[in-house]
Amino acid sequence: MDFGPYLFLATLEGAVGAAVLALTAVGLSLVFGVMRVVNVAHGEFFMLGAVLAWWVATTVGGHPALGFGVALLVAPVLVAGIAAAVDMTVLKRIEYDPERTIVATIGLLYILQQVTLMTYGPDARPVEPPFNARLALPWVEWAEGGLRMYWPWGLSTTSYKLAVIGAAVVVLLGVWALMARTRIGLLMRATQLDREMALAFGIPVERIYALVFGLGAGLAALGAVLVVPIQQAHYLMGADPLLLSFIVVIIGGLGSLPGTVLAAVLIGLSDGIISVFFSPTLAKILATLLVALVLVFRPRGLFGAQAV
Amino acid sequence: MLRLEGVSAGYGSAQVLRAISLEVQPGEILSLFGRNGAGKTTTMKAIMGLLPLMAGAVQVGGQVISGLPAHRVPGTGVGYIPQGRRLFTELTVAQNIEIGLMAGGQGAAMRARVLDLFPRLAERLDQRAQTLSGGEQQMLATARALCVNPKVLLLDEPTEGLQPSMIAAIRQVVVQMRAQGVAVLLVEQRVDAVLSIADRVAFLENGVIRETLAAEALRADHGLLERYLGV
Ligand SMILES: Nc1ncnc2c1ncn2[C@@H]1O[C@H](COP(=O)(O)OP(=O)(O)O)[C@@H](O)[C@H]1O
Ligand SMILES: [Mg+2]
Repeated sequence: MDFGPYLFLATLEGAVGAAVLALTAVGLSLVFGVMRVVNVAHGEFFMLGAVLAWWVATTVGGHPALGFGVALLVAPVLVAGIAAAVDMTVLKRIEYDPERTIVATIGLLYILQQVTLMTYGPDARPVEPPFNARLALPWVEWAEGGLRMYWPWGLSTTSYKLAVIGAAVVVLLGVWALMARTRIGLLMRATQLDREMALAFGIPVERIYALVFGLGAGLAALGAVLVVPIQQAHYLMGADPLLLSFIVVIIGGLGSLPGTVLAAVLIGLSDGIISVFFSPTLAKILATLLVALVLVFRPRGLFGAQAV
Repeated sequence: MLRLEGVSAGYGSAQVLRAISLEVQPGEILSLFGRNGAGKTTTMKAIMGLLPLMAGAVQVGGQVISGLPAHRVPGTGVGYIPQGRRLFTELTVAQNIEIGLMAGGQGAAMRARVLDLFPRLAERLDQRAQTLSGGEQQMLATARALCVNPKVLLLDEPTEGLQPSMIAAIRQVVVQMRAQGVAVLLVEQRVDAVLSIADRVAFLENGVIRETLAAEALRADHGLLERYLGV
């Protein structure tokens, strides 16, 4: 393959990663933005989404599309419920103290991992994609007389991967609409801006927190359900999404949703492209380096510090 | 209407208020006076349920509110204009007002009434609160509290850093609220403002109420004025 088509392919792979990363990182960003909680267990909610997706899909059986469809609805809701329960029983009790929440969520990370290992086991298990048509992709080249379209050998993707990108875009637009256009979004933003004044004006901050913690975890779980037909579910799969989400949230500007999405696209795409042409390790090194540079030169993130 | 009985409160284990008792009648302005750090803001936060009480109770209209979770306090009819305004700065004027309306379970009628009081806000509904001038921000903080339809209004240094014309506008609203039977607890540092508007003045010193006097008596007796207000 020539360079052009090859780069196109790498970009497409990167876009799938970016889509899932954007969902996961927006969940982390939301929790940090509204609650000022650094959720170290965020990657485990991602993992839980994937594992529950496998469990739901296997339990439902039948056509892959049926199992996957049910998993897509049930797994994120279950994970959101678990997270909301953790918020109300653990985080609320330690009064959202910044240091203690970090310790508590580290504890939660190990609990979720070990419980998954004890029940689900150490194996990596796939979920069948609901549909998976191979799509050959065209490319253009200069021929005498102008541009000519052709189908290079090996330049293809699957309908499922394109659907993942589409689904992520739809869900992110939904999150944006929730925050910017609904009453509950208004309450969430007011809580983010001034918790004490939110209370003084009747906003049930504790309920908002449980909702936001659940929503954040649910978004990670949704990203995981989308990725599990491509990547398999495994009890240790939460580490990479956690690291990358932290990178994205720092680069995007802590708590800023548009910044987080932009940073996820940047990191996801470059991760995909650099991994294809060079190596995945180099991609992680560069991303981490970028974080270091951002922290030194633009501690409020590359994309400004506007809230929501 | 508003009644504090032996209220002690503070931050963590550090006690600031020591057995504060005071009462504000409907249609009365009680001014809470004291130097910086005396505990005026802390008193307001204690009323709003934003600080746990170490002792004592707060009542509004005969109902004990000090056991309620903080977010249930505004619903009992308490409007709060905090020191430094504390608007939801990234939200628009309209959204700040909407949050006030929700707090008091109010609707379009109250919104229209409040915007009538502050036509400058009505012209700037879609502007972000942080882009307003200082005076307009104070108007919005006041409007947000009035949207609750308060029986009790708490104002913490509402004229701090404002131009005279703005101070007059805020004052007019406070007097209007009193005429409508609202119980007003006003923290104000400027002696002339206190004397001209308050019905009674409570002197707070190191978290203790030293004395509560009728403003009339202070206006009449220069000796008293000197003793308590230091002028
Ligand atoms: N968030 C806080 N944490 C700890 N101490 C505080 C806090 N806020 C105020 N204080 C202390 O409480 C005392 C009373 O403060 P405050 O009520 O704000 O005074 P005032 O409003 O009368 O100027 C002061 O000694 C102040 O240092
Ligand atoms: Mg004060």
